[in-house]
Order: sequence, then structure tokens, then C-alpha cells
Amino acid sequence: MTDTAIDIQNLDVWFGSGRDRSVAVSQARFAVEQGESFGIVGESGSGKSTILRAIAGLVPTWSGDMIVAGEALGPRRSKAFYRKVQMVFQDPYASLHPRQTVDRVLSEAMGLHGLTDIDSRIPRLMENVGLGPSFRFRFPHQLSGGQRQRVAIARALACSPQILLLDEPTSALDVSVQAEILNLLTDLRRDHGLTYIMVSHDLGVVGHLCERIAVMKQGRIVEVLDVETMRRLEAADPYTRQLLDSSIQSSRSV
Amino acid sequence: MSDPLLDVENLRVSFATRTGIIEAVRGISFTLGRERLGIVGESGSGKSMTGRAILRLIRPPGRVEADHITMHGEDILAASEARMRQLRGGRVSMIMQDPKFSLNPVMTVGQQLIDSLRAHEKLARSECRQRAIAMLDEVAIRDPERVMGLYPHEVSGGMGQRIMIAMMLLPGPEILIADEPTSALDVSVQLQVLDIMDQLVKNRGMGLIFISHDLNLVAKFCDRIAVMYAGRIVECCKASELHKAQHPYTLGLLNAVPDLEHPRPRLEVLQRDPAWREALSVSARS
Amino acid sequence: MTTANLRDWLLSDAPTSRRQARFASWYKGWLTLRSNTLAMVGLIVLALIILAAIFAPVLATHDPYAQDLGQRLLGAGHSGHLLGTDSLGRDIYSRLLYGARISIYIVLLVAMVAPLVGLIVGTVSGYAGGWGDVVLMRITDIFLAFPRLILALAFVAALGAGIENAVLAISLTAWPPYARIARAETLTIRNSDYIHAIRLQGAGPFRIVTRHIWPLCISSLVIRVTLDMAGIILTAAALGFLGLGAQPPSPEWGAMISEGRKYILDYWWVATFPGLAIFAISLAFNLLGDGLRDMLDPKEDTA
Ligand SMILES: Nc1ncnc2c1ncn2[C@@H]1O[C@H](COP(=O)(O)OP(=O)(O)OP(=O)(O)O)[C@@H](O)[C@H]1O
Ligand SMILES: Nc1ncnc2c1ncn2[C@@H]1O[C@H](COP(=O)(O)OP(=O)(O)OP(=O)(O)O)[C@@H](O)[C@H]1O
Ligand SMILES: [Mg+2]
Ligand SMILES: [Mg+2]
Repeated sequence: MTDTAIDIQNLDVWFGSGRDRSVAVSQARFAVEQGESFGIVGESGSGKSTILRAIAGLVPTWSGDMIVAGEALGPRRSKAFYRKVQMVFQDPYASLHPRQTVDRVLSEAMGLHGLTDIDSRIPRLMENVGLGPSFRFRFPHQLSGGQRQRVAIARALACSPQILLLDEPTSALDVSVQAEILNLLTDLRRDHGLTYIMVSHDLGVVGHLCERIAVMKQGRIVEVLDVETMRRLEAADPYTRQLLDSSIQSSRSV
Repeated sequence: MSDPLLDVENLRVSFATRTGIIEAVRGISFTLGRERLGIVGESGSGKSMTGRAILRLIRPPGRVEADHITMHGEDILAASEARMRQLRGGRVSMIMQDPKFSLNPVMTVGQQLIDSLRAHEKLARSECRQRAIAMLDEVAIRDPERVMGLYPHEVSGGMGQRIMIAMMLLPGPEILIADEPTSALDVSVQLQVLDIMDQLVKNRGMGLIFISHDLNLVAKFCDRIAVMYAGRIVECCKASELHKAQHPYTLGLLNAVPDLEHPRPRLEVLQRDPAWREALSVSARS
Repeated sequence: MTTANLRDWLLSDAPTSRRQARFASWYKGWLTLRSNTLAMVGLIVLALIILAAIFAPVLATHDPYAQDLGQRLLGAGHSGHLLGTDSLGRDIYSRLLYGARISIYIVLLVAMVAPLVGLIVGTVSGYAGGWGDVVLMRITDIFLAFPRLILALAFVAALGAGIENAVLAISLTAWPPYARIARAETLTIRNSDYIHAIRLQGAGPFRIVTRHIWPLCISSLVIRVTLDMAGIILTAAALGFLGLGAQPPSPEWGAMISEGRKYILDYWWVATFPGLAIFAISLAFNLLGDGLRDMLDPKEDTA
């Protein structure tokens, strides 16, 4: 086996049928190496989240070829798939069950993956994501946005996956917490050899964490380039250049 | 400024809990003219509570106290609940932080836009529809006709946010409180949305309170900035003078942002000093 | 452990074990409920009624079935009849006590069956969507289209008269509104990220519905059930009145009212006291339900 973690060819994703059919992603193709961190940026509504959701099996209406962690994906995902691939959602306020404590969330995830000695694993897992033991029995409404996102990351890490799909993990968080989460993600990747696909609209964030970046517009991947090229502002596609320009502008002003 | 749209003096918001009183906002004062006032600060610093307090949207056990909150000389603290309902969404609008939470999950986007417009103006349904579509178009939503028929879970994160913005801008408010309105938007769309708000401030003389944790963005977009920490304003300055900012907290916020051009292996994390908490609030009156 | 210690242990910000966390959340729920005066009033009234039902033989002054035509329709307080007597000379006070047993029995049975059926139908249909949803909801609509009493009548006629059958009939007619509520809740929940997240852990639909969706539907159902209590008692009474529920000599409250109705103008107490009892129990349920909602509701308003 080569060390390609994710290989996506000709991916189309659509919603609705007949006259209501709208295409969210068309002819997407990209590959991610084992241990690599791959970023997806682009316009809002361009289908970034949809690609991740299609990989995770949350959108049934797609066509194309996806090979993820050595498994060619069909309409259904196996249990083994979810032990290898996990996802963190965009909105930390909506991704935790309002009536479940951190402990319940994590132990259920571990139980579903058939892990044993859950009681001793939970504190270790929480420590991994920088949550102290005092948070173990809290409900989501007793946590701040950053803490919730840590819980969501911990839940995704519960089964020690190889691949993490990150859907704007920091866009709802403030800059100081964002820095903490980004540092955490960097550490986790180094320690566990994880592969990331990270969606973000913030070029600074993607540039910080990822080596290669796909740029999307209106459901299409217009360009895949590596970070160095991006920093040198040598993008080929006009949309990428526009994106780069405006983001450089907005960070330079002060 | 001669006649501020909004004048807030010594605003306090507190929550009585079993373990004691949590003070979310601890005595802040500011005025808002026909300008763009930015409020920045980390999570939990009381930004949203400030916005909600102005609209009297804080539910028990939360308590709002202030020496006065006046809007056009009208005392908000003394206004009746009916009067508040009239003001909210009409003269003052607030774009809530969590768009998907604020939208009704079982109604289409279009219905909600139309309903909110009809609640304040007596217009025919078809005309409301036209205006709603035009507004969605203005906030840079592609194919607004289709989006009108979608349910909130069918729109992307950034679209949800723009729908919220459109809904709040529809009645043409005099004061707009925008709570992190652009956190899920990419830069180019962000610029467009900011542009609309800018137009409203310039052309219609709207007053805008722009709440965000992104100091760079606020510095670019607003006229004045108030930096909040632990329920108080620790620093207040003209946006153009942000580079002269002194407070270590303000500097920390500036430094925590990853920068595309200047990569760093690790990002700086704020080191908080307990003394910041005790420092008196700076007034942001003009 | 002293009480102060226990309290600290229960209210600790950082429970150290699952058991402590569970007790702590119960205790906090109890504190919330206790701080709601009206709910406590409801709880106390209910407790009193239940105690009265349990200790009816001790508290009763007369045999509830003993007729004494010489003493019929006596006013309250006459010759040892605390609340007077009915048209057959039976002691109303004693009958109320024994009647509490039947009424509570009916209410509890209905309250257990109907919301459960509604919950299952509503959440399954809401979560499954598509054809399953359409079929289940049409069935619900059909049930909703009939007046409750008529439908109950039909069921009892088919099943035979008697309290158990009456309960069954009422439950079968009472579930559709619960199904509607549960479905509406499910629709708002099923597309949320936390449900997606648990699907990504490999959880199947059964687990998602029972462990993740039900807990969120229950609070609105509880409210609705407590609001419906009075209606349930009255439907039971109406069935009794029509000879299809509790049978005449038995001191069921609804049956007592309908019996007393004939004399309402001249002998007001015959119908009034059972009426007050029904009023008290339904009000108590309502107040308690309100408090329970506060207790069960997730505090999601910090955003
Ligand atoms: N369940 C759905 N039904 C119908 N359309 C949908 C559904 N989910 C997404 N879409 C549509 O697919 C398109 C892409 O959405 P997606 O969430 O992938 O955008 P995104 O790139 O993640 O944007 P953002 O940065 O704003 O989150 C949007 O036009 C959206 O309306
Ligand atoms: N119902 C409540 N009970 C107790 N404390 C509360 C309640 N609601 C809010 N708070 C507290 O009020 C403080 C201010 O909250 P606020 O929502 O204003 O923060 P914010 O500055 O908007 O943060 P963010 O950037 O995360 O939105 C927080 O510390 C929070 O814990
Ligand atoms: Mg998205
Ligand atoms: Mg906020």
C-alpha cells in the first residue's frame, strides 16, 4: 500500500431531486498523504463542509470514487470506518447534546467503539485535549465555546482515529482560544501521527496548520497549491489571488 | 457628538446562582452616535451580555442594572415590555451570535424573513417577498430564490449568518447590534457584508455596535474600539490609533492571530494577569 | 457525614465520580423544584391526595358503599357526615377518599400508556422521515379527527365495560397529540450536529432515538400530560356516566359528579365536592408540571 490516506476522484454531491436538485460539489478531486494536513478554503457556501460530510457518510447523495484509509467507500460506512475517520463540526454550540455530561459523551463514544476500561481512559483523553478533571461531569451549558470544542475534539479522538475531518474548528471561537486549539491540533498531530483535512475560511489559520491547500469556488476546486506557494502569492487562479489579496489586506492594516 | 442615539451609563449584568453572584458586565459606560463602535474581547468577557442588556433580552436569573440606558432620550430601563417589543426589530435590531440557534428549524428561510418584515410593516406578502430576495442578494447569497425555500439546516454556516443579517437589516433599524456577524464568512464575503453595514451607517445614519473577537477586523472597520475584559472596558481608543494601544491584553489579542505571511511554529496564548480584572472600567463615552 | 458536608459534596463544582455527579444533578434538580413555590404546592397537594388514597380505610368515617336512604342528601356536617351524603345516603367524604384510589389509578395508567405510545410513534416517524413518516402521521390524523369521547366509546364498546378497558380506550385516544409534539421536537433535533456526531461514532437509529432524542422530547410531553390530567379524569367520568367506565356503586369521582348533577340546584354539595377534588388534583398536576419543566429544561440560554 502506498501511504495515501485519502484519495478522492470525480466527487459530485447534490441535494434534492428533479427540479429542486442543486449541485453542491462537482468533480472534486484531491489526494491526501498519510500524516499530511490538507486545507480546504473558499467562498462561503462553496461546498467545503459538504465534501467533509460526504466523506463522513452524512450525505447519501454523491457519486464518484472515494478511497479513505484504504477502504473504497460505498453508500454505507462500516463500523471499522468510523474507528479510522472522525469529524469535528463547525459549531461547538450545536455539536454537543444539551443533556449529556462530558463524561457521558466520551464514555458513549468509547463504548460504541468497543473499548474497555473506559473509566481510566476518560481522564487521559481529557488531559490530551487540555481539559482538567473538574470538567468531567459538566453539561455543555456549563462550558465555554472553546471548552466545548475541546470536548468535541476529545470525542473525535476517543477511538484513536487516523484521520480527522475538521470543519472550521475555530471559527466560532475567539482568537486566544483559537490559538490554544490550533496549538492543540499541532501537538496531537505530532504525537499521534494524525492526518487532517481542515476546512476554514481563514487563510491565516489554514496556512498555520496545513501543508497543502485546495481552493473552492461554487462547488469546484479551482486550485490546489502548497502553503509556500501561497505565501509567495504565486497563485495561478484569479479567485485564489483575489482571496489572497483581501486576506493580506485585512491582516496588514494595523 | 450632540445627540447620541444610545447612551449607557454604568451598566451591570449579574446572574445569581447557587454558588454566588456571577457578574458578567461590571459597570461599563458608553455612547453610540451615528458611527461604528467596535466591542472586542475574549470569550466570556461580557460582549454579548452588553448587547442583550440594551435590548432587555436577558432572562432571569440575569439582572440588568444601570444608572441609565437611554435611546433617543427614551429610558429603556423603564419602558414597558410592549414598548420593548416594538423597539426590538424595528428601531433596534440585534444580529445574534448563533444564527442557526436563532432561526426556527422547522420554517423555511423565506417564511421567516417575510414574517419578520410583516411584523413591523404593513406590506403585501408579494412585496415582502421581493424585498427579502433583494436583501439576500445584497448580502451576497447566490441564488436567493432557491435559498428562500431552504430550511435552516440546509444552508451552510456562512449562509445562515448572512440570512440572520438580512433579517435584521430588512426593517431598516436605527441602531444595529451585530454580535460576531461575520465569524463564519470568508474574507471576500465578509468585506461585502461589512460594506452593506457601512452604507447604512453613512447613508442612513444608522448607529452600529459591532461585537467581535477579531481585533484586526474591528480596527479596520470601526470608528472607535472598546476592549472588554472580564465585564469591564479595559481600553478604549479610536480605531486609527490602535497601534498605540498599551494594555497587554489588547496586545495579546493582536498577537494570537495566525498570520499567513509570518508563520510561527506555535501561536502565543494569552497570559492573563489577575490585576486586569480589578482595574476600573474605562468610559467609552464620546 | 454531616448535612453541611453532604450538601457540599452534592453541590461540588467538580464531582469526582459518576455516582456523585448523578446524585448532584438530582439534588440540583430538587433544589430548582423546591425554589418554585407553586410547584411545591402542587407536589404537596398531590402527596396529600395520594396519602389520603392509601390510608382511606383509616381516614374514612363510613363505609363508602353503605346506603342509608333515611339520611339521603344531608348537608355538610349533618349527623357526622363531614361533607354530607348523596342521593342514596352514602357519606360523600368517605366516598371521596376511596374514589381517590380509582381516580389516581386511572390517571397514572393513562399517563403511562398514552405519552409512551405518542413518544414512540412521534419520534420514530420524525426520525425515519419519508414514507414511514407519512403513513404514521396519517394514522395519527385519523385518530385526531374523531372526538375523543366517541372514539373511546367505540373502543369500550368493543372491549367491554370496566375501568381497565376505559383506561385502555382513553389511552388509545389520547396519544395522537403527544405523537405530534414528539414528532415536531424530533424534526428540530434530528438534523443537529450532535445527532450527526453520534452517528459518526457508529450508533444505530434505535440507540439514537431512545438515548438521544427521547430525553429531549420528554420535558415537553411532561407538561402536556400534566395539562391533560383534568381532561383524562373527566373523560373517565363521562365513560362512567355512560355506563362504560367505573360502574355505579364504585366511588369514582367523575361518576359521583354525574350522579350529583341531577340535584345540583337544590343540593349543591353532592356534585361540588367531587368537583373540587378533581379540580385540586388537576391543578396540582399542572403546577407540578410547570416546575418539572423548569427542572428538566436544559439551560441553553447562555449564548
Ligand atoms: N441538506 C441540504 N439540503 C439542500 N442544500 C444543502 C444542504 N446542505 C448544504 N446545502 C447546500 O450546499 C451548498 C454548500 O454548502 P456547504 O455547507 O458545503 O458550504 P460551505 O462551503 O461549508 O460554506 P460555509 O463556509 O459558509 O460553511 C450550499 O449552497 C447549501 O445551501
Ligand atoms: N445564565 C447565566 N448564568 C450564569 N452566568 C452566565 C449566564 N449567561 C452568561 N453568563 C456569563 O456571563 C459572562 C459573559 O458572557 P457573554 O456571552 O457576554 O460573553 P461574550 O463576551 O459574548 O463571549 P463569546 O465571545 O464567547 O460570545 C460569561 O462569563 C458567562 O459565563
Ligand atoms: Mg461550512
Ligand atoms: Mg458572545
